[in-house]
Amino acid sequence: MKNNMKKSFTWRNITESRLFFPLVALSLILLFDFIFIPGFFTIENREGNLHGSLIDIFRNGSTVMLLAIGMTLVIATGGVDLSVGATMAIAASVAGILMNPSALKNEVFFVTDPTYTFQPLWVVILSALLVAILCGFWNGILVAYMRIQPMVATLILMISGRGIAQLITNGLRVQITYKPYSFIGQGWIVLPFSLYLVAFVFALTWLLTRKTAIGMFIESVGTNFRSSFFSGIDEKKIKLLVYTFCGFCAGIAGLVASSNIKTSDANNIGLTTELDAILAVVIGGTAMSGGRFSLLASMVGALVMQAITQSMYAIGVPAFALQAIKAVVVILVILLYSEQVRSFVRSIGASKKGVKS
Amino acid sequence: MRISRFLFFVPIFASILGFVGCSRQPDSLSTLQPDSNSLEKRYEDLIVGYAQLGAESEWRAANTISIKETAEQLGVELRFLDAQQKQDNQIEAIRKLIIQKVDVIGISPIVETGWDEVFQEAKDAGIPIILVDRRAAVPDDLYVSYLGSDFLEEGRKAARIMAELVDGKASIVELVGTIGSAPANDRYTGFREVIKDYPGMKIIASESGDFTRARGREVMAAFLEKYGSEITAVYAHNDDMALGAIEAIEEYGLKPGEDIMIVSIDAARGAFEAMIAGKLNATVECNPLLGPQFFELALKVVNGQLIPKWVPSIESVFFPEDAAEILPTRKY
Repeated sequence: MKNNMKKSFTWRNITESRLFFPLVALSLILLFDFIFIPGFFTIENREGNLHGSLIDIFRNGSTVMLLAIGMTLVIATGGVDLSVGATMAIAASVAGILMNPSALKNEVFFVTDPTYTFQPLWVVILSALLVAILCGFWNGILVAYMRIQPMVATLILMISGRGIAQLITNGLRVQITYKPYSFIGQGWIVLPFSLYLVAFVFALTWLLTRKTAIGMFIESVGTNFRSSFFSGIDEKKIKLLVYTFCGFCAGIAGLVASSNIKTSDANNIGLTTELDAILAVVIGGTAMSGGRFSLLASMVGALVMQAITQSMYAIGVPAFALQAIKAVVVILVILLYSEQVRSFVRSIGASKKGVKS
Repeated sequence: MRISRFLFFVPIFASILGFVGCSRQPDSLSTLQPDSNSLEKRYEDLIVGYAQLGAESEWRAANTISIKETAEQLGVELRFLDAQQKQDNQIEAIRKLIIQKVDVIGISPIVETGWDEVFQEAKDAGIPIILVDRRAAVPDDLYVSYLGSDFLEEGRKAARIMAELVDGKASIVELVGTIGSAPANDRYTGFREVIKDYPGMKIIASESGDFTRARGREVMAAFLEKYGSEITAVYAHNDDMALGAIEAIEEYGLKPGEDIMIVSIDAARGAFEAMIAGKLNATVECNPLLGPQFFELALKVVNGQLIPKWVPSIESVFFPEDAAEILPTRKY
């Protein structure tokens, strides 16, 4: 009896876990790839580095994964940050202009020297991140202290952000030739370097939210900010913190994206990725209304998104049908989360319990 | 109190001004009728308005510079207005230019639709409109001419060059531009028109890279994972995607330009750099330097000469052999 109790309890534990549905979604997509795309799972060793479609999913998904970390916390407080894509562009522009300031002179000359940079790398990275953090801070002030609805507050920066990025680079695309910088997005140490960045930010966030009380505060603010206020949580500071942190994550994502293409392109970097990040968090099962969150589930959510894209490339879906098919797959994934499917899964657990007891 | 009364008068003033503006239209119409007695206008007499759509890319920036520089060289008086990617601004700009009674209006419409009314206003004021680089979905009588690229021909040119490069035998992957955009559609169709005459050349995969470098790299990497060295050629709808593909090919361990032939369209400076490095085999020009052709057209229009409804921009093809020589002269 005790044993049975424990078993059903674990099944329930599994299905109730935030990771369960994202993982099911991911494995369904990968299962599809396994059956229909030969060679999708082959991982090759090229000069000591691992390459393959699976690695590409991680690598190309790294920007969305970074954004999803910050976005998870913001959404957990019941907010949303639409400006992360624009913040990426701003960070990339700052980094680009600090390495190749030729655009400011209104001329695009070519710096072909891979060792040329205007400022040392650490200045470049720190300034870009600092500006991104400022963007997040701005959002935080608007949301927490000015009491503007998150969607409206962050929409301001989403719209103006690309203009700011254009101003920084004088409306031109800045070519980045500085070799060490390209390591951020293109470097490999067995695995793509950007993955280590994701792992680092993830670990940092996990420690901050799960080993201190901050995580609980965030969830409490998201669940009911009034009662958290009365229980002594400074809800404004928590909100300011998560938006600022979200800006930081977007800054790193901007560095990765610009180093990936060796250009700081104010128009296209991070375009519509805010939506991908939000979708990743939603697929990860964090409710848009705020409350409990799972960072790991959001990561899986980001991977689901990228796995869909990558499979579409590999199958060779005609270019003109790609968007529509992607949308259908996303709808199917989201349907997995519906109450009907959930209760169906629960009933499996229940019937198991029934048979065994 | 005083302020509120003042504010009350503002719309009245505005409407009076507007009325004056309207009442001017008939006489502006008469002055702009081709007058056979007067001397032919020269560049120095021209006042040209230009409603640019914005500055979304280097291509556009080069386009703007070309228009402005040519105007200066020819001595044309140019009223240049930047609409910052908003149709409202662009419509507003045309209305301003009508009030200023310019001789000709040049415009790159940001979108295809919604121009009938304002173009009609210009027509009523007797100001001819020349579309530059982009078309507008309006009846033919609302504009005098369209100056722009023949995207279909660009696709065909790319295909012919590709056929020469690979001797009529290739497995091609295609990086398509933004889905539904006119250049992507036409470059897609034009390329296939020529390719179908070469039985040895087949397109094994075709995917959208959104005209961006990031997506070009991503899509090419996925192609390489799937087809590997089976791919012998890449056709990219613009240089940016080709540059992204080059990164992906190098990462995969193949040599772009040798193991895999690459042909792209645009001929921006980045492409020349890649050609000098031997990583790109050819680029078909999509010319933004439309200034000289535009003002020539404008002058002809004002002097009442007949001009064709569509003037294709002058475009050529560039190869690595000449790249180093041409690079310094490229403006975009």
